Amino acid sequence: MSEVVKKFLYVNRKAPYGTIYALESLEVVLIGAAFDQDVSLAFLDDGVFQLTKGQDTKAIGVKNFSPTYRALGDYEVTKLYVEKQSLEERGLSEDDLQELVWEDEDDDWAEKPSIRIIDRKEMAALMADQDVVLSF
Amino acid sequence: MKFGILISEGPYTHQAADSALHFTKAALEAGHEIERVFFYHDGVNVGTRLSVPPQDERNLQQEWSALAKEHELDLVICIAAAQRRGLLDENEAKRQGKDANNIADGFRISGLGQLIEMGILSDRLMTFGD
Repeated sequence: MSEVVKKFLYVNRKAPYGTIYALESLEVVLIGAAFDQDVSLAFLDDGVFQLTKGQDTKAIGVKNFSPTYRALGDYEVTKLYVEKQSLEERGLSEDDLQELVWEDEDDDWAEKPSIRIIDRKEMAALMADQDVVLSF
Repeated sequence: MKFGILISEGPYTHQAADSALHFTKAALEAGHEIERVFFYHDGVNVGTRLSVPPQDERNLQQEWSALAKEHELDLVICIAAAQRRGLLDENEAKRQGKDANNIADGFRISGLGQLIEMGILSDRLMTFGD
């Protein structure tokens, strides 16, 4: 669609429910995938809750959109960076997150993990390396 | 420099649409280009022509419409966000079987692809949010 390839980072900082930012961020990511850009997602602060497994929203009458994150690999969105300190500060670990994978066509379609846990310093470096940062 | 402007909070409750307006004016005055202004989340509410703030207050929709006319700005309202929040242009109102539309002059409704494209085409994407 475009010959220019820029580094896009979607920064997710808010809990999945309570506000619409997480859902509308995911909608941008899914649409944006059609543009063949170099896409990364960052999850920090309460944004780490977006990736937790076992979400159940029945009691609040809001759609549970967390299964959609599992589709990201099919959209070639394969780099989901989760900040280690944000997890720890909320009593969470990688085991509390959904297992998200992508299939590497250059490696006989081997399933590889999409979630990469990085620390705050690495997150800063990741952000500094981007062309476009969209924060939600 | 070519700027893309993203407004992601609603008018009056948040200052985002004001700050974006001031920034856009200043950028144009300094000789920069504005690739597009994209309204997302509650920011889409800037584009309703049915808002009637008190007369001694600023009218953000009218200011944006006037600026767009003067500088031929491309003001784009995200369709998905707009539909959730009750903003429809004539075509969408017809398609959805609604009896009214409310998009102000100078604004148009389009998809999220316009946001990504703005990021690609601009030298800098500026977000005005919380």
